[in-house]
Amino acid sequence: MNTIQTQDSLTGRERENLLRKLKQAQHDFGYVSKDMMTETAQSLGLSIGEVYGITTFYSFLSVRPLGKFVIRICKSIPCYMQNAEMIIACVADEIGIKPGETTGDGKFSFELTNCIGACDIAPAMLINHQVYGQLTPGKIAEILRGCE
Amino acid sequence: MPEKRILLKNCGRIDPKNIDTYLAQDGFKAWQKTQKEMTPDAVVAEIKASELRGRGGAGFPCGLKWELAAREESDEKFLICNADEGEVGAFKDRYLLQNDPFTLIEGIAIAAYAIGAGKCCIYLRAEYHYLLDGLKNAIAQAREKGLLDGLDIDIHEGAGAYICGEESALMDSIEGKRGEARYRPPFPPSKGLWGKPTIINNVETLSTIPHIVLNGAQWFHEIGTEKSTGTKLFSVSGDVAKPGVYELVLGSSLKELVVDICGADNIKMVQIGGATGGIVPYSMISTPLAYETVLGSGAVTVFNESRQVIDFVYRTMDFLAAESCGKCTPCREGTEAMIEILGRLATGDGRQEDIQALEDLSGTMMLSSLCGLGQAASIPVLDTLKYFRNEYETRIQQSLFLRSLRGRI
Ligand SMILES: Cc1cc2nc3c(=O)[nH]c(=O)nc-3n(C[C@H](O)[C@H](O)[C@H](O)COP(=O)(O)O)c2cc1C
Ligand code: SF4
Ligand code: FES
Repeated sequence: MNTIQTQDSLTGRERENLLRKLKQAQHDFGYVSKDMMTETAQSLGLSIGEVYGITTFYSFLSVRPLGKFVIRICKSIPCYMQNAEMIIACVADEIGIKPGETTGDGKFSFELTNCIGACDIAPAMLINHQVYGQLTPGKIAEILRGCE
Repeated sequence: MPEKRILLKNCGRIDPKNIDTYLAQDGFKAWQKTQKEMTPDAVVAEIKASELRGRGGAGFPCGLKWELAAREESDEKFLICNADEGEVGAFKDRYLLQNDPFTLIEGIAIAAYAIGAGKCCIYLRAEYHYLLDGLKNAIAQAREKGLLDGLDIDIHEGAGAYICGEESALMDSIEGKRGEARYRPPFPPSKGLWGKPTIINNVETLSTIPHIVLNGAQWFHEIGTEKSTGTKLFSVSGDVAKPGVYELVLGSSLKELVVDICGADNIKMVQIGGATGGIVPYSMISTPLAYETVLGSGAVTVFNESRQVIDFVYRTMDFLAAESCGKCTPCREGTEAMIEILGRLATGDGRQEDIQALEDLSGTMMLSSLCGLGQAASIPVLDTLKYFRNEYETRIQQSLFLRSLRGRI
């Protein structure tokens, strides 16, 4: 066992920027593409499988292209208690897709998320990095209209 | 015991974008005192004497942990500030970061000095990206004033994973891996980030440090109870009139927080400490909030009489199963098995032997899971079985009856 060098000792601390790199790709292209994963793996001396494993582990990284606006509605208990389900239904209605989907024009992706630390203004959601709270159907329509 | 603003003292009072407003409130006095009058050992001794316990959930004595790292001989040591705050119902760290980032930075400087860390890292959850600029700006201002000379403070953003709040998973995440818990020992104070001595502290813990240094361990120790010194922030949500962040002297009663301050009525139960937190039924509403009773990270979720216990437990387990990192079998499979049983109970397909199965599984997961998630995942199940067993039993009886009507039994 101890004659085999582990991947860590081979790559040292270069891996530190791995997450940053993948997040940058997510930000720039809306997803982490196969090419991106291959390139990252090669540059760090990791297997492609490992980079894929990391990409799919984190909920803010995606291997499928996401829309320009990623809506993440909180479904955890404090939000659920303030009618998050109605908000979820309302967003689905407004943009015509279900959670987990992206609109055909690539404008919106719709995701459900766990607690985003905004339970004091439940029900809450993120659109990209902006947080919105005390959501009502009226407010949803207005916020979505503002996404341009 | 009353509300007391120590950590919240500056919130709403200073301009988090302007360090001068912080300096005008005795800001960085503790850091100056540390540098001028105290050796690193003296700082560690002071924090030890204060008996401050970690505010991130586990409640480990802070000074004791620092001492372990301070004693290690190493060319390099790290200090990590845990700003991952993924716990369901927790938002107090966000509140501190938003309203008073300077106290945190001052606490980080003091902690790094005490343990001899040249490099600090703030691990900020991806969901809090909107706090990044404010935090960066606060660090830059402190640096400009010459307050952070020789200290490297890096902000590392997460990418969306609850488990990365767990300290060993957090370090793996910084190292560019999947955030999965590590086998311990070795513990982080001896071998942490990149195998070097590392201290990981919660935002609130580090924000408490300057107050202790400035006012003395004795002063801090006189606040709270014998085993829980100081004040604590609580994030209150759920069925309350006034959700928000409140600071109370440790040992204050739960009733004072949720009824008197937050205006809850018709309470059925309260969960304290997030998804894996304990359940307090209304009959025990006078329970003191302290490490010796219930506390965790201070997330407090109030449920009124209209809420269904099984529905709540099922949703909680659904969260834990989704967030389990999957590294160890008892948690990965256990949370899934629990969902299956609880789902059955919730949809009216419950069986007589389900309660026993939940109890058996709980025992196994507690005993054999690798980290706190799996170890504590069954707490809401066991607590509700303890206080609301009749709801489980009634649900099962009803299902049996309904199924017998449909001839499925
Ligand atoms: C599943 C899990 C999630 C955790 N999440 C957090 C978190 O979001 N923030 C935090 O400070 N501690 C969290 N912790 C506790 C940390 O592992 C660690 O104990 C803490 O950051 C130490 O800091 P403290 O001693 O100052 O509390 C979590 C623990 C577990 C088991
Ligand atoms: S207990 Fe759960 S979260 Fe912790 S290491 Fe095991 S699988 Fe991962
Ligand atoms: S539960 Fe939705 S933000 Fe916390």
